Amino acid sequence: MANKDVPRRDFLKGAGVAVPLAATALAGGLASCAEETTTAAAPAAAPEPMLTLTATEAAFLSACYDTIIPADDLSPSGTDCGLVTYIDRQLAGAWGGGARMYRSGPFLQTKPEYGYQLPLSPREYFAAGIAATNAWTTKTYGKEFDRLEPTQRAEALTQMEQGKAEFAGIESKIFFDAVLQSAMEGFFADPIYGGNRNKASWRMVGYPGLPATWAAKAEEYRGKKVSIEPQSIADFS
Amino acid sequence: MATKMKSVDAVLVGMGWTGSIMARELTKAGLTVVGLERGANRSPKEDFALPGIRDELKYRLRHQLMLDTATETLTMRHMPNETAAPMRRWGAFPMGDGVGGAGTHWNGVTWRTLPSELVLKTHLTERYGRNAIPADLTIQDFGVTYDELEPHFDRFEKLCGTSGKAGNLKGQFQEGGNPFEGARSDEYPTKPLIMSQAGLIFTEAAKKVGMHPFPTPSSNVSTAYTNPEGQTLGACQYCGHCEYFGCESNSKASPNICLMPVLNADPKFELRANSYVKNLVYDRQAKKVTGVIYINRQTGEEIEQPADMVVLCAYPFNNVSLLLSAGIGVPYDPNSGKGVVGKNFCLQTMSNVQLFVEQEINPFIGTGANPASVDDFQGDNFDHAGLGFFGGGYLYPSMSGGRPIQVRATPPGTPRWGSEWKKATTDWYNHNFAISAHGTSYAWRTNYLDLDPTYKDAIGRPLVRMTFNYSENDRKMSVFLTDRVMEVARAANAKILGNPNPRTGNFDNISGQSSHHTGGAIMGTDPSTSVVNRYLQNWEASNLFVMGGAVFPQNPGYNPTGLLAALAYWSAQAITTQYLKAPGPMMQA
Ligand SMILES: Cc1cc2nc3c(=O)[nH]c(=O)nc-3n(C[C@H](O)[C@H](O)[C@H](O)COP(=O)(O)OP(=O)(O)OC[C@H]3O[C@@H](n4cnc5c(N)ncnc54)[C@H](O)[C@@H]3O)c2cc1C
Repeated sequence: MANKDVPRRDFLKGAGVAVPLAATALAGGLASCAEETTTAAAPAAAPEPMLTLTATEAAFLSACYDTIIPADDLSPSGTDCGLVTYIDRQLAGAWGGGARMYRSGPFLQTKPEYGYQLPLSPREYFAAGIAATNAWTTKTYGKEFDRLEPTQRAEALTQMEQGKAEFAGIESKIFFDAVLQSAMEGFFADPIYGGNRNKASWRMVGYPGLPATWAAKAEEYRGKKVSIEPQSIADFS
Repeated sequence: MATKMKSVDAVLVGMGWTGSIMARELTKAGLTVVGLERGANRSPKEDFALPGIRDELKYRLRHQLMLDTATETLTMRHMPNETAAPMRRWGAFPMGDGVGGAGTHWNGVTWRTLPSELVLKTHLTERYGRNAIPADLTIQDFGVTYDELEPHFDRFEKLCGTSGKAGNLKGQFQEGGNPFEGARSDEYPTKPLIMSQAGLIFTEAAKKVGMHPFPTPSSNVSTAYTNPEGQTLGACQYCGHCEYFGCESNSKASPNICLMPVLNADPKFELRANSYVKNLVYDRQAKKVTGVIYINRQTGEEIEQPADMVVLCAYPFNNVSLLLSAGIGVPYDPNSGKGVVGKNFCLQTMSNVQLFVEQEINPFIGTGANPASVDDFQGDNFDHAGLGFFGGGYLYPSMSGGRPIQVRATPPGTPRWGSEWKKATTDWYNHNFAISAHGTSYAWRTNYLDLDPTYKDAIGRPLVRMTFNYSENDRKMSVFLTDRVMEVARAANAKILGNPNPRTGNFDNISGQSSHHTGGAIMGTDPSTSVVNRYLQNWEASNLFVMGGAVFPQNPGYNPTGLLAALAYWSAQAITTQYLKAPGPMMQA
């Protein structure tokens, strides 16, 4: 490993650095979002504790999520929205352990249309995928993924998305899809899962959340923009 | 050695829509009935409560209410000469589990079917000639007619409080309804739901191109309604959390709210949840099923439940699996076309196109049932001469909720991530919807079900092996139907149209296909081409009945529940008025 002795850049400290940037970029309407991010990040001078991800894995996913969901005037970055926390909890939980998945062999190498056929649980698959990606970027760019420049990260992800990155063992395109899917889940799911902090994505697109009892308004709102403060599970609990 | 329970009059395997209907009809006729359900019991008050039920990740993506594939799944392959692989996670579709079955988390679209679909082979032969039907298109008649089923469609709609507008009342055409439907004896129990913006755009565009839109019949009821069982449904709240979710306002008809409270209060009925039926006990000599063996999933204990009569209400895959493992009926052979069990497995042929529009769509204000439909290109509602295929489907604007993990289309060419993606998502989230085609799946020689030779479920039974691909007929049909979708879409003044996706590729377990499975234990009037007779009674074991989509010889272009529920009522009527008087075959082979 190239950077063995250099301490792994702590993604949450990184997030702390990113806050002022995000805050300056955030236009007035989203100010509350920036404030929330600042308060959320403030006490976390120490790295956020992870349930299952190693420092290398957390840094990798943080870099992916910030490339997939970069900070701009529409939302804070993926990491600042809590996506690493989201995926850490998911991978540490039942889903990550392979719950609700048929795991008996034999494991066939067969048509892609038949879907996922590896013996790995999602936790194991992410571990393998991250290691494979880092090995590939090290070979191609001389560095692990999270240490690449933003343009190189985007380029590397594009290579994976198009299946052009040659990984040993697993398919880069399918692993990219899994990372992308996890980003979208973390970004858009209810904040109760640790991502979508301050309902950043719901504010971004105008999703009002829940509960939604529209019967009385379904006609009145038809064809009109509905501007209401989004509400999440925690708001009703 | 299995623990043997006291014998009952009837044992039902599965407690979804068909199981609960059958349980109610049989207990009403005085029988003692045990309902065995593989999954857990469910109470809407506890299990579908706010705010937790509005959780897209848990229910939609992680399939919380669905069958766990580690308990049971299918294996899949496209053609009979391939090795099947297990569906390790749900991708193409999920399956239901627990009391209420898939009726707990369905969308509530409630169709009857076209009269001609029930006599399909006869109808197409008469209209186009015997030679017009290719040999591999193994379609058949149901053996029951629309007129015979009409009172039973009506009963199910009244059970559910279905919202809609009649198009044909006792032969009289009704303004605003579906002009192609068979004659109805009565209006829908509740008026149509409020039309959404997507519904208005679709309706206007469809009219512009000369089609005949109408409000989609929906069991998300528009107003509070008390059904003939004395159960009350609330008015739909347009919450956009319908398919894959339980309904917290009790406005989506389900076995749980329409029937279970009555059954639970009835001493003649006993529900046993967590009871996974492993096999049928078959007396080959007597040609009688004497009961079932099941596993108590909480203790692991193996239990035998003897009964005078057994009704399979376990969804097509398990119904077929139980028949095959008991050796009841000749298994289908796709090469010779002989045999019946597993034959004519069908799905549904879906396609759509995304519209990006000026108007505010508010996708989150939605009901499970899509707001409007067009039936002009359903079944044989149009002339197929020279088209090279049979079948069709209905068109509809699909927008049943704006749940953002999944519902956030962007125009073609948009990257899937990065700032440009974020901008497009933000711009279009509230300005898009799809127009879809919900098409027929007509039986094809090589599509069938049998038992997998390799893979087993959690209790050691072989998994069902599904051999299925979109047939030549259905692919051509899909191209045609998708062109009709495009006609409507072009008339809708969209700013941008997405790329249409007719089903010309292979069936896969990656993208959503359809959770409407039919066939495998098909009904008919000839034991050499069907598994059950027109009363859904098994030809071989006359005290065995099979319910559900399994009995459809092929799948019409409608969501199946209206038809399979009507068939359950029809069968129950035959059982209670004929069979019980003189148990034995109701039709001679
Ligand atoms: C997401 C979704 C949306 C849908 N939307 C619509 C719609 O809008 N309109 C429509 O018409 N249809 C819809 N459907 C289909 C509809 O839900 C089914 O057609 C209907 O529920 C079938 O009724 P059934 O009684 O045959 O099976 P189910 O309702 O599935 O009940 C079968 C029951 O049997 C149990 N079982 C299976 N095997 C065993 C065993 N070995 N031992 C004991 N128990 C067993 C299962 O756990 C299950 O509870 C939808 C389905 C899904 C999944």
